[in-house]
Amino acid sequence: MARSAEPATTANERTSKAFEQFVTSIRERENLSLLDLGGANQANITFITELGHRLYADDLLRSVDVEFGPAEGMQERQSDPERAQEFLSHNLDFPEDSFDGVLLWDILQFLAPPLLEGAVDRLYRILRPDGLVFLMFTGNEKTKTVPTYYYRISGPRNLTLTPRGERAPAQAFNNRSIEKIFQRWGAIKFFLARDNVRELIVRR
Amino acid sequence: MWNKRKEDEYPPRPPDGPSFPHAPTDTKAGDPPPMTPTRTHEAESVRPGSAMIGKSVTIRGQIFSREDLTIDGEVEGTIEAQEHRIIIGPNGRVRATVKAREVLILGQLYGNVEAGDKAEIRRDAKLVGDVRTMRIAIEDGAWFKGSIDIVRPEAPKGQPKPPASAPSNAAGPGGQPLPPVVVSTPPANSGAANSGTVDTAPAEVKL
Repeated sequence: MARSAEPATTANERTSKAFEQFVTSIRERENLSLLDLGGANQANITFITELGHRLYADDLLRSVDVEFGPAEGMQERQSDPERAQEFLSHNLDFPEDSFDGVLLWDILQFLAPPLLEGAVDRLYRILRPDGLVFLMFTGNEKTKTVPTYYYRISGPRNLTLTPRGERAPAQAFNNRSIEKIFQRWGAIKFFLARDNVRELIVRR
Repeated sequence: MWNKRKEDEYPPRPPDGPSFPHAPTDTKAGDPPPMTPTRTHEAESVRPGSAMIGKSVTIRGQIFSREDLTIDGEVEGTIEAQEHRIIIGPNGRVRATVKAREVLILGQLYGNVEAGDKAEIRRDAKLVGDVRTMRIAIEDGAWFKGSIDIVRPEAPKGQPKPPASAPSNAAGPGGQPLPPVVVSTPPANSGAANSGTVDTAPAEVKL
């Protein structure tokens, strides 16, 4: 798909191998607890609950905006370790081993280092052993802003992306830096899309 | 409440400030109204023959209702209307456990919801709490934070269970087929002419 300089305003369909693997994994088991951090929407609720799983939904980016907004100076505010921890204690404060899977979408790339490290640490704790995280990073390391989306599940390997504006990534991510973020995790699997988006499945 | 967290506690309310610390702040006073009109909240909030708690009313305690109840004011405590519908109006600010046949949220609700039939969270509504219901509908723009437990009706004895691959066709009470889960918002601009498709393929694998 060609990248337009104009912010996208229409919904896109995305076929995702990584998401397909995530779905295959959760289909094999019953009564799982899944965490969707991309914001609740009807499509995801229906898809997950019809598989017989329990869904916990939150919109982490929206909470980030409320806590650290406005956009100007947001990175600096996120970089305050105390404030980052306080935010996480309000927004990812679940008991250990609460979830079997997390839909993290593209959120991590917008978190400044202290917040990002804290979030990944908390995800590790709240996931059960062998729990999976599905996430993605933009492939262009030099871009100043990237489009962000609401991700709706439209099938076992299909997502509908509804634009929710442009955001500046908190830092540049390459494969090495992503591996470093998840170095204590059990396994990490990369999928490179044609539009240079890196999709990942990370196993606790 | 499942995973009760610090922010779910009722904070002291400033005299003139907003009631809830995490209320959405992305709407500015000068913002134009949305271009696409939706269902009017006023028309839905007040139904003839239903009880109403007005927006200047504050109640702390337990509410039991034997008729539909619309809450457009502030309530803290518990609300029950097992056989009826509870509507949290656009001005409603509720900190309570809510149990009813149907729960419709247009305002703000901090608390767990148990809706025997259906829970509905409309655009601009905010719900922080866990939902247990048979059906749920959530509009785009709603802010929901909590867990969702879909209660599947038990099939009458002697009838075969519906196939696992088609849970939406599960039998309801009396063997009647259940209506499908409400999908309240169509995909935005999903016309084929405007859609792009991105295929991914595994490119590199580690471990």
